Amino acid sequence: MQVEKFSYDNQIVKQFMIASVVFAIVGMLVGLIIAVQLYVPELNFGIQYLTFGRIRPLHTNAVIFAFIGNIMFAGVYYSLQRVCKARMWNDKLSQFHFWGWQLIILAAAITLPLGITTSKEYAELEWPIDLMIAVVWLSFGANMFGTILKRREKHIYVAVWFYIATFVTITVLHVVNSIELPVSLFKSYSVYAGVQDALVQWWYGHNAVAFFLTTPFLGLMYYFLPKAANRPVYSYRLSILHFWALIFIYIWAGPHHLLYSALPDWAQSLGTVFSIMLIAPSWGGMLNGLLTLRGAWDRVRDNPILKFMVVAVTAYGMATFEGPMLSLKSVNAISHFTDWTIAHVHIGALGWNGMLSFGILYWMIPKMWGTELYSKKLANSHFWISTLGIVFYAVPMYWAGIAQSLMWKQFTPLGVLQYPNFLETTLQIIPMYIIRSFGGLLYFAGMFMLVYNLIKTAKAGKFIKNEEAEAAPYEKDADKFKRGMIHRWLEKRPVKFALLALVVVLIGGLVELVPTFLIKSNIPTIAAVKPYSPLELQGRDIYIREGCVSCHSQLVRPFRSETERYGEYSKAGEYVYDHPFLWGSKRTGPDLAREGNKYPNVWHYLHMEDPRQMSPGSIMPRFPWLLTQTLDISTTPAKINAMRSLGVPYEIGYENFANQDLQKQADVITQDLIKNGIPAEPDKDIIALIAYLQRLGTDIKVNQATIK
Amino acid sequence: MLSEHISRIDGIAIYPIISLIVFSILFIGTIVWVLRLDKKYLTRMENLPLDSNFDNNSEEIKFYNNPEK
Repeated sequence: MQVEKFSYDNQIVKQFMIASVVFAIVGMLVGLIIAVQLYVPELNFGIQYLTFGRIRPLHTNAVIFAFIGNIMFAGVYYSLQRVCKARMWNDKLSQFHFWGWQLIILAAAITLPLGITTSKEYAELEWPIDLMIAVVWLSFGANMFGTILKRREKHIYVAVWFYIATFVTITVLHVVNSIELPVSLFKSYSVYAGVQDALVQWWYGHNAVAFFLTTPFLGLMYYFLPKAANRPVYSYRLSILHFWALIFIYIWAGPHHLLYSALPDWAQSLGTVFSIMLIAPSWGGMLNGLLTLRGAWDRVRDNPILKFMVVAVTAYGMATFEGPMLSLKSVNAISHFTDWTIAHVHIGALGWNGMLSFGILYWMIPKMWGTELYSKKLANSHFWISTLGIVFYAVPMYWAGIAQSLMWKQFTPLGVLQYPNFLETTLQIIPMYIIRSFGGLLYFAGMFMLVYNLIKTAKAGKFIKNEEAEAAPYEKDADKFKRGMIHRWLEKRPVKFALLALVVVLIGGLVELVPTFLIKSNIPTIAAVKPYSPLELQGRDIYIREGCVSCHSQLVRPFRSETERYGEYSKAGEYVYDHPFLWGSKRTGPDLAREGNKYPNVWHYLHMEDPRQMSPGSIMPRFPWLLTQTLDISTTPAKINAMRSLGVPYEIGYENFANQDLQKQADVITQDLIKNGIPAEPDKDIIALIAYLQRLGTDIKVNQATIK
Repeated sequence: MLSEHISRIDGIAIYPIISLIVFSILFIGTIVWVLRLDKKYLTRMENLPLDSNFDNNSEEIKFYNNPEK
């Protein structure tokens, strides 16, 4: 038989690996800083670029797209070449992909602290960066399909299906969720508003977790776990079944992020049902991973790589059981907006993604440098410190989440809220925040053990830039197997495979989203709800810039405990002019949906200057720069025009007078502040922010009769 | 309140039914699929990542050389 000689490109794998480790350290450091900021608000050193609201998205983006994204690409580039028995299709494209991705990360690291954000979670980057992401992501897909098409191995291994599903679905999600109307180079508004925007965002957010943090990592698990254990995967049948079931079901479950919100009931229920169903394929994957080690558990004892992988797969199993439980309405009523969610996502991120990444790094680097791991003992220590870190992180967060939620809901025998002051419930859980940051510190410290160990390993060996390999060319003859033709036919045809995966994913997406687009024409309009005034609109953009949505929701759920605390529950019709929606997902501070007219202007002014002046013990950062920075009103006409083209009924030509109205409203607020002894100036950021906060939720108070 | 309006969309009830049918067909179909798969093929696929140098055109696990690898 004629055998071809070729080589695998290890260089690109090395680059992605190094980037991943560097950004893991950066991302975790930022995470640690914001964790401490929750009990030491001064830790932003009074610098606006380091406030919680601005660097919290930096943390999530760095961990998801820089740390986990880069290791995912490293693992895909390593395993894809080997299971296809072919070098990557195009080395230059690989390099373009690598440098393009790092450029995106750099752009994120600059823009997010500057407050340039769309405010949509995990999709915060502004439109020029969104375009870059699309181009770079397509280059990855082109390279992957190029490699699959020129492969020598006839059949496509299950890991590669997961990679294909990842590529196809992330492309769809990114495009749909990023449709926005640019106002300037660094500012855009989501074309969707209110309820519609919320549904699209959480359809995206949920499936970004599914197809960026789950499917590619299952693919990596199917390659690296058998490699590390040196035995085949437990059941190939199960892998096929759970692959199709997983990608089909996942896409439907997005609405479980919006339970008890203004979203239609049937969509909420659909999200719940599919979330429960999701346990089956998720656990199929977990069991397939764990059972691969059947009869080889003794090896786990002395192999740190397997230890990392076992904890990773176990964490995956825990998180994918917890997720469906959280999507039950009764559980969600307690967990939503609390630290429970934070605990849940960190079981996934630290446990599943982190531990699997470390296992893969410890496995790949000795292989690529042709040597043995420098210190097994150190890797074992890293394993234990990370595992302890996860425990110290998650347990206090569960505790904090449940405790705070119960306090929010507690009534006295007389029927009034037992803890009417939100801050009181926050102060109760500060000790938990302290323990959590200790857990984070342990996990972070483990990173340095990993770096030292891997550098020492690399130094002991010699990097194999191009790994020689040989295989026979692809023989295009008839299928030699007897039964199960259809699936093999499919998996020999990657393009058709990708199209089928796309169809499977789109069914769920369309059934979920199409009615939402219909909502727009069916939404009950509330006559009293009017567009924001120009000053309020500017104030809203300051709210977005400062990342207030990281800690404050704008959605009162229909519970007595919430209507007592905040006021009338939120109606879908109240959000029709909200591009983007700002419902938030976490209440570190109280809900603001009915904040308007609750406090006088002077309260807000002093509260922004130093929250502890008004609420002793508050953990909110100070925003003194809002008092001194001048509001940029040159953008007002462009913003009014943009909003009008998105359907907000500003009269034609209003953009020419908008700034006059803005100044009039600013003068009224300033006069009120001056009357109360504050030497305020009308042209500062704070005036716009106060105008926005005082408007929140007031429309339906104006005329109760117009509310349905 | 919004669900009332949603329920007025013509034929809205068809969506959950379509979902259920499509999912059931897909799931049962996949089960039938995997149960009918050839055992030899499964063994070969399971071993695919492990052996870097087995014959990629053979339906069985055959090695070019170094069978111990």
